[in-house]
Parts: sequence; structure tokens; C-alpha cells
Amino acid sequence: MPTNPKTNRTGSRPTSRRAVARQLPHGLTAQQCREMYHKMVQIRHFEDHAAEAYAQAKVGGFLHLYIGEEAVAVGAIAAAREDDHILGHYRDHGYALARGCDVQACMAELFGRETGICHGRGGSMHLADAKRHFWGGHAIVGSHIPIGAGMAYAMQYLEEPLVVLDFFGDGATGNGIFHEGLNMAALWNLPVVFICENNLYGMGATLAEESPVSDMMIKAEGYTMPAVQCDGMDVLSVYGAVQQAAEHCRSGKGPFFVEALTYRFRGHSMADPELYRDKEEVRRWRELDPIPRFGDFLVQHRISSQQELAQVNEEAEAEMLEAVRFADASPWPDPSTAARGVYANPIDPEAAQEALTLAADPAPAAS
Amino acid sequence: MAELTYREAVRGALREEMLRDQRVILMGESITGYGGSYAVTKGLVEEFGPKRVMETPIAEAGIVGFAVGAAMGGLRPVAELMTVNFALLALDQIVNSAAKFHYMFGGQWSVPLVVRTVSGFGQLGPTHSQTFEGWFASVPGLKVVMPATPADAKGLLLAAIRDPDPVIFIEHSLLYSTKGQVPDDDGLEVPIGRAAVVREGDDITLVSYSRMLLQALHAAEVLEREDGVSCEVIDLRTLRPLDYPTMVRSVGRTHRLVVCGEDWRTGGFGASLLSELQDRSFDDLDAPIARVAMRDIPLPYSRRLEQVLIPGSQQIVDAVRRMS
Repeated sequence: MPTNPKTNRTGSRPTSRRAVARQLPHGLTAQQCREMYHKMVQIRHFEDHAAEAYAQAKVGGFLHLYIGEEAVAVGAIAAAREDDHILGHYRDHGYALARGCDVQACMAELFGRETGICHGRGGSMHLADAKRHFWGGHAIVGSHIPIGAGMAYAMQYLEEPLVVLDFFGDGATGNGIFHEGLNMAALWNLPVVFICENNLYGMGATLAEESPVSDMMIKAEGYTMPAVQCDGMDVLSVYGAVQQAAEHCRSGKGPFFVEALTYRFRGHSMADPELYRDKEEVRRWRELDPIPRFGDFLVQHRISSQQELAQVNEEAEAEMLEAVRFADASPWPDPSTAARGVYANPIDPEAAQEALTLAADPAPAAS
Repeated sequence: MAELTYREAVRGALREEMLRDQRVILMGESITGYGGSYAVTKGLVEEFGPKRVMETPIAEAGIVGFAVGAAMGGLRPVAELMTVNFALLALDQIVNSAAKFHYMFGGQWSVPLVVRTVSGFGQLGPTHSQTFEGWFASVPGLKVVMPATPADAKGLLLAAIRDPDPVIFIEHSLLYSTKGQVPDDDGLEVPIGRAAVVREGDDITLVSYSRMLLQALHAAEVLEREDGVSCEVIDLRTLRPLDYPTMVRSVGRTHRLVVCGEDWRTGGFGASLLSELQDRSFDDLDAPIARVAMRDIPLPYSRRLEQVLIPGSQQIVDAVRRMS
């Protein structure tokens, strides 16, 4: 009897890639497929090196690895426009890399260096790149759900044809802010795709412990929001779901909910002894690893050869080694800049007073 | 100049800025057909339509989170939280989102957001009669404004909406019907971060803000008349960033100081203000700084109890007399 709730609830996982039509699904080109594979491999190697740097105490604080879930960020973000907006939760390295953020700047952020993508102010959980419309890594669970709805409202108001992708986990659906955000998005018909990464655990709580339903998409029903479930271990499945969702949003039909069934291969964070799940479950999920699975697809469809895939892996490894070297060699933030940027418009009453005094009492002319 | 109520001044600022800047939107609970719990937004939905004056569900955290996102998307939202007590539900969005993004994301974007909310009391019971300006003022990244007069309410709200940073704008329910002269000039700002010396005096400095300004002015009149004590009265107007130089300069002349607020004595806004001033002005002070504040008791419903607990001009007069 399988203990894996996923086996019970989906039942229809594609068993063989041979079942897929010869023509690429969802209108994808071979180049787009190769790009998605490349992004997933990049994330995997980035995370491996981040974990290693953490073990060497070069990365501090909390580190949450996206290993195992790569297909979700990569498939979803590939299905959106380059300028569509992205918000994610604290397990955010995957979104940054999938959106094409500078790998070295991301690694340097983890190392707390001035060259980091947020100059070392945010750290692992708070990556962001406004010029690529990646609006963060948000580390208070669920907080970015209404923020995404608000951004979508701004797009609607300003008549920009852009959609917001708002990623969160199954754990966030137990929080009130999730419901407030979905309620407003549905009420005002906003172009936001809510993407729930259901990885079966809210930190150490099992799905059964945190939610009365195991399918998160059911929670969208109360808000009359269309919802689909996709295989989060299959980048094509995620791509197809988010493509459909984004089209729906962009055509003015309101928000859409996508549930990606996925799994993190590593613990919640580096400090997690994983007492709440058994090794057999992890092993079974690792067999569904989205990277070799998609690699097989590329080979079967003659999009890439095994050698080409191996080369992608080698290049990603070299890229990440270089990113670590860059981060390691980067300067620390200058302590004299610690107060920089608390405000976009700093107001200093002391300086204002001095200016007033000077204006009222101009310096006497030189004698 | 025109004589306006505080309520009309706030509404006037909203309206003027909405006319000037298409990006300004209002959102809040019962702010359209109902006109707002304190009738501040009355008539605005009729003038600007529901896309710019948004009726929201009763969801304070969602409202502020949504407004943060709208600000990031290029709008200038003004979110109304019916009272400061309900703002507690939105604390996470105010503190962890609005106040943090500019700094935490390395200055990549700011959050031009105004949260308008209301302090006050009047037999509303313990959950509806609180003051939390000290909590907000303790958070780097926020600006906190608490006007006492109609002119300041209008000018500071204009400045707040135009400011690129999140501003917590706290009105006072007992001030809405007070009247004052307001400049006619459209769009005239009162700068954030500048206190006002509202009454000049030589013997003692009374620092106050919001409704307590009126109490301090009344106390100053009583003390002048009955005791021959000349009080200088300062209206802080902005609680963060705080205009210490104006206070330090005043204390440099008067050598005595009373900090007047409606906040709780323990951990309230006045406590940190007092600590900083005794540091900055120690050599100028002839007496320990006195403080008028709320006793550490939830404000009860009963009129008889409320009357003795709410700080007012009598407590200020008493504090000054104890110092002399």
C-alpha cells in the first residue's frame, strides 16, 4: 500500500513519454525546450553549491533549497511573457534563475556581499531583480499573495497587458492572507496566476496535519476561480497549465489558480533533520526527478543528444564554480553604508534645521 | 484662507491630489456608499468612480498588502484602515512589506503608500480606544505623521501622498469636527519631519501632538493665567522622522520639559522621545523630564472610568505644577 498521498490523489500521471505526440506540446519550439532544460540544470547546480557554501559557513541564516521543484519555476516562468511580473516565497532561488537573473549576483547575495543582487541586504530569502520584473522572495508566508493581486490591479488600471505570477506553497493556504488575497483578486477580476507549489509539507507539518483537503485547487473554488492541477515534476505539464492560466488572465477573464504537485528532495532548510518523512518516500519521489525526466524527453524527441545534455551539465557546473569564486572574492558591504536606503526620500530634521538657520542668518560677507 | 474642519481638510487633500495625479487611488472599508466610518471620503466615489475609490472587503492585511502591490505596480494608493485598532491586523504588511522593501531589496524600488488610520476614544471599550503611534514610529522605513490642525492635516497628507516612502497617517476621531484656517492654495504641502512651535514661552516646554496639542494649549493658558508660568508649546506633527532640533532648542531656553501624549506609559511613544531628549538636553535641564501619558490600563467603556483615565489639560497643569 503506497503511503504517498500523491499516488492516491492524481492517479493519472503520464507513465511514458512515448505517449506524448511527436509534435512538441503547447506550441513549444526545440530551442525553448533546450532553454528550459538548461534553466533547471542551472538551478540544481546553483543549489548544490549554495548548500556546500552553507556547510562552509560562507552562507549564513536560513537556506531553503529548491532541489526537486525546478520544473515548477522553470515551466511557469517560461510560459509567461518576459515582462510579466513574478513574486515568490522564500525558497526563491529558482524564480531568480528561471527569470534569468545574474547568477553571480544571486550567489553573492547569499554570501552577503556588496555585489549581491540586493547588495547583501536581503539574503537568500529575499532575492529580487526589479528590471526583470522579479519582485522578490517574500519570507513571511503568504504575505505576497495580496501584493501580487495589487500589482495585477495596477496593470489593469494602467491598461498594461501584463500578468502576475504569484508563487506560494501548500502551507500558505492555511493563512488568512491567502484567502484575503484570492478574495480580492476574484472580486476585482485581476490578471494574477496563483501558483501553489504543493510539496506535501508546510515546513515539518504534513498536508494532512495542515489542511482538510489534500488538493489545494479546491480552495480556489470558493472564490469562483478556475483552477487546474499539474504535475510539478514535469516541466511540460507546468508549462501547459501556466500557459493556459496566463492566457486566461491576459484576456481579461480574471485570476487563475494552478496547483503544481511537487516535492522538495532536501529538507525544509539546512537545519532540517527530516524526522517527519521517511526515506522511502523521498526515494520514490527522487525517481520522478524532473531533470533526467525532461532530459529523456529531449533525447527521445531528438531535441538534444546525451552528449549535449552532459555538456549543459558541465557548463552549469563551471558557471556555478565561477559564481562561488566571484562571491568569495567580492567585497563586503562597507559598514558606513549600513543606513543607506532605509528611505527612498530620507528626511533629516537635523539637516533641515541647519538649512533653515543658514537661510535665516546668511553668512556675513567677507571683510 | 478658508475655515475648514479637520475632516474637510483631509478630504480636500485627497480630492486635490486625485485631481492632480491620476495614479492616486483610495481603498478601504465602507469608504464609498457609506462615505467612510468618519465620513472623510464622502462624495469621492461619485466624483472619481469605483476604480479610484475602491470599496474593499473587511480584510485589513489584504488591503495593505494589496496597496503595497498597487504601489509597486506604479499607482499611488491611499489605504484607509477604519481605526488604528484594526491596523493591528495589517501590522505584518506595514512592518514586513511596506517598511522593508526599499532597504531589503537594495533600493531597487520604493513603496509610495499612505495608510490613513484613526486614533481616538469615546466609550468604545478596550479594543477600540488605543494608540499605537509608538509602534509604527519604532519601525525604520516608515514615516509617521499625526496632525493636530486642519491646515496640517491637509498639507501633511499632500506631502505624504507625494512621498516615495510608506507613510502612516494617523488622524484623531475627536479632531474631525474641529475647525481651523487652511490655506487656499491648491497643493500646498506641509513638510514631513518638521515640528511647529505653536505657542512661544520662556519657562517650560510642552511637547505634544494630535489631540494632545489642544490639551497642551489649554494647559498653557491656565498656567499663564493662574500661575504666571509661560509655556512654549510644540506640535511634533511628524513622529518619524522626529524633529529633535526644535525640541532641543526650546529646552535650551526653558530648561524644563513635559512630554504629553495619549500613549501608554510603558513602551509608549513618549517613552523613547523622553529617553532621547534626556540624552540630548541633559545639560540644559533644570528638572527631570515629566511625562503625561495613559495609565497602563485598557481603556474601559464606562464614562466614569474613561474620564479619569484619558490624559488631558488638567494632567498637564498638574505635571507642570509638580515641577515648579
